[in-house]
Amino acid sequence: MFDLSLVAARDALAAKKFSARELTTAYLGAIEKLNPDINAYITTLPEAALAQADAADISLAKGEAGPLCGIPLAIKDLFCTKGVRTTAGSKILSPFIPPYESTVTANLLRDGAIFLGKANMDEFAMGSSNMTSAYGCVTNPWTRRGDNRPLVPGGSSGGSAAAVAARMALGATATDTGGSIRQPAAFCGIVGIKPTYGRCSRWGVVAFASSLDQAGPVARTVEDAAVLLGSMAGFDPKDSTSADIAVPDFAAACKRGVKGLRIGVPREYRLDGMPPEIDALWRQGLDWLREAGAEIVDVSLPHTKYGLATYYIVAPAEASSNLARYDGVRFGARTPGRDLTELYENTRADGFGAEVQRRILIGTYVLSAGYYDAYYLRAQKVRALMLRDFTEAFETVDALLTPATPSAAFGQGEKMDDPITMYLNDIFTVPVNMAGLPAMSVPAGLDAQGLPLGLQIIGRPFDEETVFAVGAAIERAAGFSTLPNLRAGA
Amino acid sequence: MAYTLEGSTGTWEIVCGLEVHAQVISKSKLFSGASAAYGAEPNTQVSFVDAAFPGMLPVINRECVAQAVRTGLGLNAEINLWSRFDRKNYFYADLPQGYQISQFAHPVVGKGVVEVTLADGSTKQIGVTRLHLEQDAGKSLHDQDPSRSFIDLNRSGVALMEIVSEPDIRSPEEAGAYLTKLRQVLRYLGTCDGNMDEGSMRADVNVSVRKAGEDFRTRCEIKNVNSIRFVMLAVEAEAKRQIGVWEDGGDVVQETRLFDPTRNETRSMRSKEDAHDYRYFPDPDLLPLVLEQAWVDELKSRLPELPDAKTARFVRDYGLSAYDARILVMEQATADFYETVATGRDAKLAANWMMGDFFAALNRTGRTIEDSPVTAANLAGLIDLIADKTINGRIAKEVFEAMVETGQAAGVIVEAKGLRQVTDTGAIDAAVDAVLAANADKVAQYKAGAEKLFGFFVGQVMKAMAGKGNPALVNEALKARLS
Amino acid sequence: MSLDPATVRRIARLSRLRIDDTQVAQMQGDLNGILSWIEQLNEVNVDGVAPLTGAAMMAMRLRDDVVTDGNLQEAVLSNAPDREGPFYAVPKVVE
Repeated sequence: MFDLSLVAARDALAAKKFSARELTTAYLGAIEKLNPDINAYITTLPEAALAQADAADISLAKGEAGPLCGIPLAIKDLFCTKGVRTTAGSKILSPFIPPYESTVTANLLRDGAIFLGKANMDEFAMGSSNMTSAYGCVTNPWTRRGDNRPLVPGGSSGGSAAAVAARMALGATATDTGGSIRQPAAFCGIVGIKPTYGRCSRWGVVAFASSLDQAGPVARTVEDAAVLLGSMAGFDPKDSTSADIAVPDFAAACKRGVKGLRIGVPREYRLDGMPPEIDALWRQGLDWLREAGAEIVDVSLPHTKYGLATYYIVAPAEASSNLARYDGVRFGARTPGRDLTELYENTRADGFGAEVQRRILIGTYVLSAGYYDAYYLRAQKVRALMLRDFTEAFETVDALLTPATPSAAFGQGEKMDDPITMYLNDIFTVPVNMAGLPAMSVPAGLDAQGLPLGLQIIGRPFDEETVFAVGAAIERAAGFSTLPNLRAGA
Repeated sequence: MAYTLEGSTGTWEIVCGLEVHAQVISKSKLFSGASAAYGAEPNTQVSFVDAAFPGMLPVINRECVAQAVRTGLGLNAEINLWSRFDRKNYFYADLPQGYQISQFAHPVVGKGVVEVTLADGSTKQIGVTRLHLEQDAGKSLHDQDPSRSFIDLNRSGVALMEIVSEPDIRSPEEAGAYLTKLRQVLRYLGTCDGNMDEGSMRADVNVSVRKAGEDFRTRCEIKNVNSIRFVMLAVEAEAKRQIGVWEDGGDVVQETRLFDPTRNETRSMRSKEDAHDYRYFPDPDLLPLVLEQAWVDELKSRLPELPDAKTARFVRDYGLSAYDARILVMEQATADFYETVATGRDAKLAANWMMGDFFAALNRTGRTIEDSPVTAANLAGLIDLIADKTINGRIAKEVFEAMVETGQAAGVIVEAKGLRQVTDTGAIDAAVDAVLAANADKVAQYKAGAEKLFGFFVGQVMKAMAGKGNPALVNEALKARLS
Repeated sequence: MSLDPATVRRIARLSRLRIDDTQVAQMQGDLNGILSWIEQLNEVNVDGVAPLTGAAMMAMRLRDDVVTDGNLQEAVLSNAPDREGPFYAVPKVVE
């Protein structure tokens, strides 16, 4: 049962090979067994999930099944879920029970999905390792060949990616502000897509950096990701940045092939000191696409190298403001103080972890009087140049292919001494968020130590279909079938 | 003549600009669907957006934008077809988001002008710098508990217009006239009810002083003054304070102050105020506000007639003095009332009745024009009875008082009380004859040259006729008999 | 541009984050490292470039003026750490 993809499990449910209750029970069992080691879930919902499964079985019996009827999923703990504690990986939200359901999770429920629990994540989605969660780090189900030391699953959607990789869920929601879907997907050997900014509603998703945040799925296969995104996406009048554009049939796009497509290779993504396997895998990916009928074109994205620095102005600036609402007055944890200011300062110092505090301080500083022009305004101008780079590239190509990350998963506790070393993880993913483009990470091979590596496909705005077509072509060519040691059914 | 203040070192001039916060009339809030109505139970008109719950997002209300545009048009201002919302970041108990969404860098309305008329009949143009939309905060209650403040977020997120004037105001009178005019225009437009008691209009007053020919000196801001009279008092009190500081060799410190009406003085708001650094930046939850010129034009085509135009029309069409016209135009309801009364009638007579007995009656009874005991139709009916000579002017006043008392139409009262004017010359002649017979001595005096006795005879005849004689016919009859 | 301890304290105060003396030094080092790294943006020629605020390339939608929300008194208060009847409660604010 654990070997089935989401789409295959859906077919099996429809064919009555097993019930939604049986499927859900199996996954709840996997969570019970593996979560103590992996810590992919902050909150599990066994009773609610079984109740949802029973309802799904009724719908299946009646032939009224939605596209995700009976499919057990993990929900990143950044999505507000009505009546279910939502922490954003932070101590400050430890007591928070949202009285509302995010649009994305409401869409999944509408389509019959079952929620197994809330997935662990870097605090407020700020991190690339899941080490900043207030609920303990997540362990990557993969280990290096002959080395049992625990690795990070990437972040911030580390719990979602680990849960899917370890088969503790058939798929999961995630969010991506600078790479938080694609980097953990790459580290965990699964597929993750960040759709175009505006494709999925941000309503009810705890905000990190509003102009960059975008929800998307992590899944075992490209087609699974297409099915999940098709359900998550859609126009939402409650989000002013939501695009009123019809959601196409992403799953159909997976079957399109790449014949005649022009695939761009941005030369600035070739970094000095990058592991040779990554460069080799990239070339391999291009060869696969060429063999499948695509034309490979060299392109230039000259401002790529400034993406991270730009991101580390824009994202903390927005975050410093977005996180002002966590003040211990209307919801969340409170640490008392003698007066209101002291209450705020104590609540926020105790409630936020070190990385969140660092980013709030950076964000406050770059927006403060006298520094706004030098930092924030300049960053917005560089951001405009980055968008221009992509726009010009897409005049000649249909999609771009790059590595997803500059390395495979690293050890827990590594890269912790200097924040910038950690930030460099997102060097290939961040520019996409700056420009609001859709991009997918698809597993394509292993590094020398047997860890998965991903390739990134970047598309034009609202052209996820081409991204799915290219992703599926790589998936087919790569035939990536290696599984992590730590997984259900192993 | 320019308003100045005398100090020990010479003559000082006031420089003043006003920032007026006007609550937009709308059903729902600026960025949420919760009700914007006043006076509900605490925290009932609060959405998760207004309480800044995690993941909540703002969506702008079209009507609030339309109201700002209407107001801009009413202030003869530029409408910016591209504007933007910024966040103003600061922590406060009644500011749930930790920031106020406001238009800092790119307001929806640019430069405009307000023309005010001063007591001496002169007019002055006060420049409007800008008008922008922003969110109101919630309310803190400090007097309910010994150790805690309570927070009610019903006001949180209600739309405000901030209307900023140029520092063109030079006297308390001008400050008062500007605010009065602004309030009048907003009420005419229906964009703000101008109710300063409920806080739906309040002013921050910027004041500095200088000597003739100088550049601006340091100014102070007096926050949240909530009546026009207090604004005028605050301007004067603050200007005098600053003159004192300068003349004592001190420096006026730029700061925020409060006006204390009971002591008629301003005082510093906080001795150790946090240095504010609002860290404005474009709100990433919102997109630029882009308006179509055609939409603005349509709003413009539907604007009501505004006070200045109405005043001009009243002067032109009804032959009123500018002063009378301004008084009748002060409130839309008064102007409408007047037009109902005046149309097809003696417009000047209608104006005299409204500004005389009618306003006096409203004052005396504590009523407003909306709940006046005398309706416009009834006042018009009274004037009709005067015009067709059914009653004379003296009786009309008696009838009007009865109308105030009973709310009845003039004709009903005239008939019930038998106040119809007597035009029957027979009856008048008889009354004249009786009066002259009873006052033979005075008749003799009159004929000997004491012509001023004519008025006495008129009075006696009218008295004999219980006031109902037609004055012209009585005069005529007397003249005939006495000649 | 480099932060001194006083500036670290000032931005911590603006951010309403309590920070003690030992943290100031650590945070000063972290922030200065990040800021000096960020300064690579000074190499970029941004003359005449219009700043890009967000990734959504459209004009803002405007909603109709209809009351669709509110009347959630219990729900909006249900998570409050301290409340008194229909109000949120905080330590007394002296104005």
